[in-house]
Amino acid sequence: MGKKLLIHNDKVPGINTLEVYRANGGYASVEKALNSMSPDQVTDEVKKSGLRGRGGAGFPTGLKWSFLAKPEGVERYLVCNADESEPGTFKDRYLMEKIPHALIEGMITSSYALGAKTSYIYIRGEYFYIARILEAALAEAYAAGWLGKNILGTNFSHDCYVQVGGGAYICGEETALLESLEGKRGNPRIKPPFPAVAGLWGCPTVVNNVETIAAVCPIVMMGGEEYAKIGIGKSTGTKLISASGHINKPGVYEIELGVPVEEFIFSDEYCGGIRNGKKLKAVVAGGSSVPILPADLILKTAKGEPRLMTYESLGDGGFQTGTMLGSGGFIVMDEDTSIVKNLFTFARFYHHESCGQCSPCREGTGWMEKILKKFLNGTANESDVELLWDIQSKIEGKTICPLGEAAAWPVAAAIRHFKHEFLEIAKSKKFVDISHYNRLNNIVA
Amino acid sequence: MSSQVHGTQEFNKTKRAETKFSEDAMIAAQKIIAQYPADKRKSAMLPVLHIAQAEFGGWLSPEAMDYVASLLKVKPIEVFEVASFYSMYNLKPMGKCVLEVCQTSSCWLNGAEDIIKYIEKKLNIKVGETSSDGMFSLKAVECLGSCGTAPMLQCGASFHENLTYDKLDKIMDGYRAEGKLKSYTDKDYKNTL
Repeated sequence: MGKKLLIHNDKVPGINTLEVYRANGGYASVEKALNSMSPDQVTDEVKKSGLRGRGGAGFPTGLKWSFLAKPEGVERYLVCNADESEPGTFKDRYLMEKIPHALIEGMITSSYALGAKTSYIYIRGEYFYIARILEAALAEAYAAGWLGKNILGTNFSHDCYVQVGGGAYICGEETALLESLEGKRGNPRIKPPFPAVAGLWGCPTVVNNVETIAAVCPIVMMGGEEYAKIGIGKSTGTKLISASGHINKPGVYEIELGVPVEEFIFSDEYCGGIRNGKKLKAVVAGGSSVPILPADLILKTAKGEPRLMTYESLGDGGFQTGTMLGSGGFIVMDEDTSIVKNLFTFARFYHHESCGQCSPCREGTGWMEKILKKFLNGTANESDVELLWDIQSKIEGKTICPLGEAAAWPVAAAIRHFKHEFLEIAKSKKFVDISHYNRLNNIVA
Repeated sequence: MSSQVHGTQEFNKTKRAETKFSEDAMIAAQKIIAQYPADKRKSAMLPVLHIAQAEFGGWLSPEAMDYVASLLKVKPIEVFEVASFYSMYNLKPMGKCVLEVCQTSSCWLNGAEDIIKYIEKKLNIKVGETSSDGMFSLKAVECLGSCGTAPMLQCGASFHENLTYDKLDKIMDGYRAEGKLKSYTDKDYKNTL
């Protein structure tokens, strides 16, 4: 059993309430930071921990914090990115729903380090009920003096608010999120300037994912160096993985970074193996935008070494034979899965979610969806595979924000590893049933 | 201004007179506005639009958007460009219960298309349509973050997960019996696994 730092107490009855959370050691990091550490010391511990952003990009959190501009007389903000919309990813939802105070504690401690008097939790609109859970927890925290003026009798005052979005995946991109928080369309901004210099309302702003902010609390408590001892190499600490698809035990798991992928999929501690005794066909390891890998490459690297759940091991081999840890959205597919059809659901998703600002993304995502539809309805030609490859290559790297890459990478990887499936469908001119092929046992037609 | 901004829709003065938040909705909206610096009222746009949608029959009419514009002291076009960007705002009348079925990868892997077909057959409508009694609208939507409990649907603030046909029947029967408009801002949400 690996060490758990974030959801170790998720099964404790009433842990969503301040009373129970506090009785289980909650808000200790706020006490420790405010009473015995300077803001810079908190940042230093985060740096020492090696914590990397848990939203998908994996950028070192302490480094990001150190970029924050601190001109005198200008407000600074911390914004929590709770716009969890990457297909396959539902870990932040679990954390906020079960242990809302873990995020609020992290918001206070992190804001202290950053010198932010105000912070916002921007949560996707579809999680409205979780916003209510957070609001209730915030009200408790205010009533108990953890938020508001002169927290713990110190000079540090802080306000934290929840903002709900309107249903747009692009708002998970930090500058689009800031636009949305300013009451506008979620169109990403050109960087630089980065939010650390000109963020919310033009003020210096740090945008961090829910899990990242929650992880600051155990880092403050145990110290950055101790935290860095968990995991392997530059993949330090624990990570929440949301597992779904054709597995026996879908759900959210906290792992120590470094668990072998094979163990994660097949052991009873985690996913419990493939449903209905089927064989593993492929895995999307870090949310829909990361490259899909076939069974042999997700279990072992191209060099034949066991693949581990770390940033480095999953990325081993680059995109030719590797993938990314991303957001930890782990989608498992069994031997009966149509990779082309699954890719179609991703292409439709990215077409729908493109903000439309950049032509390659706006036009290209729609074009990819249309071509994939041709494969499904039996009208595609073999040359359409090359066309699909060509289109994705003309989106990647040519857009303001990473949605272009997110849309292109799944297409490239599917062709790279499963080109034979595309060619077989094109050659046979066979209609691929676009209704579901693998009915659940408990659904009776 | 409104007719220019909102295109062909006729501006209805009677409706406009009725377009005003209830006391509770106004308190909620003012609380949200107070979360932001005084000169940044526009930041309250998205949550206030959610309140407006819930208040004014489950969709945002031109009058409703104009009302929000006046509340936030912004131009009507600024409200329209936001409302038309985000998928959770309805710009046309909808049924009292909007059934939003997730159709992205993990839900698809677990039978989302069957769920959509079942609802279409049961209500005798297609995706994007509203049942003849005005009770249900059906939408196929992209990932709602329930991948581990797929397939799922959202109705207002409620998530219904691990769906089966039997569960669907009970959900729809329950909503029909209630007969109430379901919105994202409902306090009595229910999540069923």
